[in-house]
Amino acid sequence: MSVPHVLLGLLEDRPRHGYDLKREYDERFASTRPLQFGQVYATLARLLRDGLVDIEALEAGGGPDRKLYAITAAGVTDLERWLREPVTPQPYLQSVLFTKVVLALLSGRSAADVLDTQRASHLDRMRELTRRKASGDLADALVADFALVHLEADLRWIEMAGTRLGRLEKEMRA
Amino acid sequence: MSIMSDTQATPTGLLAEPLLVAMDLRRRFGPTVALDGASIQVTAGEVVAVMGPSGSGKSTLLHCLAGILRPDGGEVHYRGSRLDTLSEDVRSRLRRDDFGFVFQFGQLVPELSALENVTLPLRLGGVTRREAERRGREWLGRLEVADVAGKRPGEISGGQGQRVAVARALITGPRVVFADEPTGSLDSLNGELVMTLLVDTARQQGATVVLVTHEPRVAAYAEREVVVRDGRCVAPVQAR
Ligand SMILES: Nc1ncnc2c1ncn2[C@@H]1O[C@H](COP(=O)(O)OP(=O)(O)OP(=O)(O)O)[C@@H](O)[C@H]1O
Ligand SMILES: [Mg+2]
Repeated sequence: MSVPHVLLGLLEDRPRHGYDLKREYDERFASTRPLQFGQVYATLARLLRDGLVDIEALEAGGGPDRKLYAITAAGVTDLERWLREPVTPQPYLQSVLFTKVVLALLSGRSAADVLDTQRASHLDRMRELTRRKASGDLADALVADFALVHLEADLRWIEMAGTRLGRLEKEMRA
Repeated sequence: MSIMSDTQATPTGLLAEPLLVAMDLRRRFGPTVALDGASIQVTAGEVVAVMGPSGSGKSTLLHCLAGILRPDGGEVHYRGSRLDTLSEDVRSRLRRDDFGFVFQFGQLVPELSALENVTLPLRLGGVTRREAERRGREWLGRLEVADVAGKRPGEISGGQGQRVAVARALITGPRVVFADEPTGSLDSLNGELVMTLLVDTARQQGATVVLVTHEPRVAAYAEREVVVRDGRCVAPVQAR
């Protein structure tokens, strides 16, 4: 995740303090890994240096949260450029799982077990997301859908690999 | 093969009496072995997904559990008594009184309106037309398709048709709903709607659902999955 661009995106809506940025980021985008305060302020410092944000107001008093940050025109341009860029497709689970399956086949272990365990674990997670979707609002549903369709894609591969295991095994041994 | 390992514990830790039990089911179609020693237990009130590759025997298993097909070998027990050895007459009465069915397609009678389709099981059970229609409208409303009551299956969308089918499956207050790819021809959002309505309504009614699907996102509505491979049920792996 490009933290600088997410912060720019949040600032485009309206100026915010570092603390608010962290809270919003965590709420919307970081269901598992919250942002560290240090990272927020370091990122804002860099954005400020590059002219992508400005300090709109400096409030009196101590503490790091006296500064109210606002996006600049250059910031908006940079954000738009980033939004238009396609994301690199990352077949990430497949490569880990693929490696495990191949290693299992090479070492004479059960690749079907590897796939079965992964399927059960994926389905557990999907059940959890499906429940969360039922109890949440539309934004929660969108987040859950995103995860669900990706997990489903992994599972499709698992089913395909499962039905091809016999041939795969022969080829590995050859 | 022990089927006891599949017994579900109730929240109190006691073992719940299984509602449906199949032991070592075998079934051939000519030279094809469709079921090759399949065993499964289903507890009252649970939603179970039956998954597995195409041709693995899911539909055959479902049909044996529901008393539509007779297995060549093995036993099916429903509420403690043998189901597979009952006469066709008794089984068909049981299917009408205790079971509801949702299939992938071709399940609505094309000559009948949506309302007539939904009320069919009630009419067959001897409920008066007036009472059947009152309940039929109520169910169509619950599944958010009250507006198509007067239309025939050919005049409504696939998603509406599936919701009508779900209404028909649930209208008799069945103890068990058997669903074979109920979202098969629907897009994601319609599939989601049908599943939510099916599962929520079944849960409200305390009905048990046996759901055949190859779609993981549909299976995720169930509480657990059973995977069928080469005519056998593979015990779900403990993931953690
Ligand atoms: N009526 C039948 N006559 C002949 N063969 C049949 C019949 N029904 C099923 N089979 C065969 O039995 C096997 C299991 O079929 P079944 O319909 O149970 O599979 P399935 O898991 O439901 O597949 P799918 O996901 O494609 O619906 C298949 O090889 C199928 O061709
Ligand atoms: Mg089938």
